[in-house]
Amino acid sequence: MDMQTSLLDRLFSAGLLIDTGVDGLYGRGGAFEDVIARFEALIGKHAPEATPEVIRFPPGMNRAHFEGSGYMKSFPQLAGTVHSFCGCELDHMNLLECIAEGGDWTEGQKATDIVLTPAACYPLYPTIARRGPLSEGGGLYDLQSYCFRHEPSKDPARMQLFRMREFVRIGTPDEVMAFREDWMARGAKLIEAVGLDVELDTANDPFFGRAGKMMGNSQREQKLKFELLIPVTSTANKTACLSFNYHQDHFGSTWGLETADGEVAHTACVGFGLERIALALFAKHGLDTADWPAPVRAALWG
Amino acid sequence: MSAVEAIRSIVAKHGKLPVDVATLQDDADLYAAGLSSFASVQLMLAIEEHFDIEFPEDRLNRKTFSSIKAITEVVTELSKDQQAA
Repeated sequence: MDMQTSLLDRLFSAGLLIDTGVDGLYGRGGAFEDVIARFEALIGKHAPEATPEVIRFPPGMNRAHFEGSGYMKSFPQLAGTVHSFCGCELDHMNLLECIAEGGDWTEGQKATDIVLTPAACYPLYPTIARRGPLSEGGGLYDLQSYCFRHEPSKDPARMQLFRMREFVRIGTPDEVMAFREDWMARGAKLIEAVGLDVELDTANDPFFGRAGKMMGNSQREQKLKFELLIPVTSTANKTACLSFNYHQDHFGSTWGLETADGEVAHTACVGFGLERIALALFAKHGLDTADWPAPVRAALWG
Repeated sequence: MSAVEAIRSIVAKHGKLPVDVATLQDDADLYAAGLSSFASVQLMLAIEEHFDIEFPEDRLNRKTFSSIKAITEVVTELSKDQQAA
């Protein structure tokens, strides 16, 4: 905990992150943003030749799509919904009174049609499904979005609002597995290019409750999720900075994604935790990017 | 109803298998028969309720729910342990 608090405090002092008074909700300084921008450019240089379709969704998604995704089955504890005041003038007066008295003014807020995006790829699947069957060879998409997960923490690597860059492959099982294999090798090379130590390991998502324990064990046994672990706040407990996920036909059957042959499409994604990677870089190479090793500077700014 | 018969009927009700459970042997691979991760969780909860047992965390895996025979063995073992406790 001390290590984590101290890295967070040092990031605040250096102006790399900006305290908002809420754990896991931070402003970003210019130098921090520059590292993320340079790293994203480097991702492009390490990506395979195939040109993905670039799509940028805002950090909120259609609530109906969120409900359809089944996210609440697995991660109810992490979700964030957007609520607004929908009352009349009298309700407004009561609301102001309640705020002035320090009461729970949020009680009367009503759910809007927007839910905070939990992972960059969630809005993609219903969007692609709406277009009809995929063409021959399937689809490849390049996404980036701020994502929300309700898990307040002093660990700077566990933010509540953070950016995830993703490449998503939709197609036959062979196509999406080949995509994932390819990215596991590319991801490790990419991280080594910026002077960080990597370790690839099988992983599971933080599914909720005892049923979630079973989902997680099953995910590990089937090697559906791999993570690239990099030291951020500790060398003993490394942080997952990239993940490589094979969803089998989960999203395909949920949304009716079809291959050109009319089969249920399979999906896989590679996700980059951009803030985590930037934090790993600052933790390893120092808080002033001018002092970073020449090869790392060349890789990012060369 | 024997344990294996009870488990068969719970698999039929909660397993959401695309095949008739009656056509499956006790040792048939339920995952190969189409048991999904979500359905296996529902199966787990229904079995716990029926037999009044709780699967320990180290049994919450695919192996436990891989066949009617495997489920029966774990349930029999847990019923003994948890009644004795």
